Amino acid sequence: MSPSELFNIVAMQGFAGLSLFSVLLLMGLGLAIIFGQMGVINMAHGEFMTIGAYTIYLCSHLAETFSPGLVPYYFPLAILLAFVAAFAFGWLAEWLLIRHLYKRPLDTLLATWGLSLGMQQGFRSTFGPKEVSPTLPDWLLGSWSPTDGLDIPINGLFVMVITLAVCALVFLAMFRSRWGLRVRATVANRAMANATGIDTRRTDRLTYAIGCGIAGIAGAAFTTIGSTGPTSGSLYIVDAFLVVTFGGAASLLGTIASAFSIAQVQSISEFFLTGSMAKVLTLSMILVILMMRPQGLFASKVRR
Amino acid sequence: MNACFERAFASRHTALILLMVLLAVVLPASLDIFRLNLVGKYLSYAFVAVGLVMLWGYGGILSLGQGVYFGLGGYCMAMFLKLEASDPVSTRIQSTPGIPDFMDWNQLTELPLLWKPFRHLPLAMLAVILVPALLAFVLGVAMFKRRVSGVYFAIMTQAVALILSVLIIGQQGYTGGVNGITDLKTLLGWDIRSDSAHYILYFTTVLLLGLVIHACQWVQQSKLGTLLLAMRDKEDRVRFSGYDVASFRTFVFCLAAILAALGGAMFTLQVGFMSPSFVGIVPSIELVIFTAVGGRMSLVGAVYGTLLVNLGKTYFSESFPDLWLFLMAALFIGVVMAFPDGLAGIYATSVRPWLLRRRTAALVAAPVPQDGNPASP
Repeated sequence: MSPSELFNIVAMQGFAGLSLFSVLLLMGLGLAIIFGQMGVINMAHGEFMTIGAYTIYLCSHLAETFSPGLVPYYFPLAILLAFVAAFAFGWLAEWLLIRHLYKRPLDTLLATWGLSLGMQQGFRSTFGPKEVSPTLPDWLLGSWSPTDGLDIPINGLFVMVITLAVCALVFLAMFRSRWGLRVRATVANRAMANATGIDTRRTDRLTYAIGCGIAGIAGAAFTTIGSTGPTSGSLYIVDAFLVVTFGGAASLLGTIASAFSIAQVQSISEFFLTGSMAKVLTLSMILVILMMRPQGLFASKVRR
Repeated sequence: MNACFERAFASRHTALILLMVLLAVVLPASLDIFRLNLVGKYLSYAFVAVGLVMLWGYGGILSLGQGVYFGLGGYCMAMFLKLEASDPVSTRIQSTPGIPDFMDWNQLTELPLLWKPFRHLPLAMLAVILVPALLAFVLGVAMFKRRVSGVYFAIMTQAVALILSVLIIGQQGYTGGVNGITDLKTLLGWDIRSDSAHYILYFTTVLLLGLVIHACQWVQQSKLGTLLLAMRDKEDRVRFSGYDVASFRTFVFCLAAILAALGGAMFTLQVGFMSPSFVGIVPSIELVIFTAVGGRMSLVGAVYGTLLVNLGKTYFSESFPDLWLFLMAALFIGVVMAFPDGLAGIYATSVRPWLLRRRTAALVAAPVPQDGNPASP
């Protein structure tokens, strides 16, 4: 094997790891806000992702039927719409369900699981049981090969770009906006935040809805990688929770670090083992580390 | 105070006796063997629900991975039955006779070491209890000593469920993969697929369930039960009083695991197969909802909850398959939001006072020598 071939293998392997990293991070970001910051166990997170994915599917379908000329350009707008749709559903779910359960975290878990079942059946009744995928614009297909023998899939790059953008926006919003200030104040000390005039209930609702909206973007981005079915959200949920828990629930940086390490372990072990055994190995490692360090990689400094 | 306790004691026993009469007399007399076998299958889930009452209702620890222990118990039993079903004579067409068919399909040429102990029934029955108990012990010690509890514990148990189901599906040659272990025929030469065997297994399940509930009631009555409740409500105070919270929690986690494993073993015997679809996350959460519907504080209620949800599931998924998941969703949300104590809670707040009122009314109407019983408990 020549050095350049070896380099290609290493580069593609590295890219696979980075690609998985961005998928995990995108999945975890919304949950890091809902579960990490608010402490709500949102088992319906995967279904909010599916809402985003179906929004993309609907948009592509509409674009195809009504103005085929728009097909190359609909995607960015559709991603925005995915955010809006998931945001709206999240707002509604918070108002109907979650706000009654803030004091009973384990019950939130069961209620949101119920919500996810209902949403899955809703998807099945609306879109049918078969998996669907949107017609992707041409610029998302194919691969980019900077040198001979090196193929980097464009959809992977696209997901990476989206992840970067969402990540940057979340950090900006969290640490540079009024909303972020309110969220951080509510997390640190709810009573005190209330006393200074922050409407913590409104903050909660907005925060939950934004978390769901980010899940919608994640689901939208994943339509470039795989197809969408009524139950595809449930495939992500445990991974998403593990990413957030492993990173240290209240820390956004921790979520990034944990997504990175989980992705690297998984993609490297996939190189040597079968897919399922790599998954078992990765999950077991997370579990063992979490048993030794229950607070996760980045413990929060807040005293509880 | 004393009279109050005595009444509570009496009503607990009445509830268990009523349940046993329903399961052992009324249902066998009114259902055909196919339906009865179905009820027996649901009752094997009820073991897990009873364990969850101890773990979640009394211990305050929600495990979302009870399917793991149900599955382990079921697989231990299924491995023995499978080995008995694949004797060299009936598997002579395989390239390696005498090993289970799925191993032959996966090019295994001899029995893996892991399977060897399961040639013997006593060892297999021991494994049904010990394997899940050991796993629960290791996980429990590791997590409770580090004071992992609440939501984090729930997520970790869920991860264990995911790991085990991926492992079972991935290691097809050793576990039968996604199909599980099927074609189980006999137990020590006794055909478990015949009607008479189904009857015997049903009554064994009912008897075992009664014993298990009785034992759990005993635990609840003992000092241990009081401590569990105390730990659920004020963990720190119990710790400051000098009790080792982690050990008690490990105990109740192991207890729930063993009960789930018993259920799994009875499931395998009655249904005749075991598959990873009972191990993963979805079945584990369904087991929790059985408990929640029955009432997380009521052992007998958990059995009714299991029966009710499963009957509903069977009926609705046969007649209105589309409606079933919506109904299940409504059940999850409704129970959590409106009836956190489940069926048992509804009974305690509405049915029992009504019954007591009627009894008092009857007492007042009849000539009573002394003062009537006070209606309020």
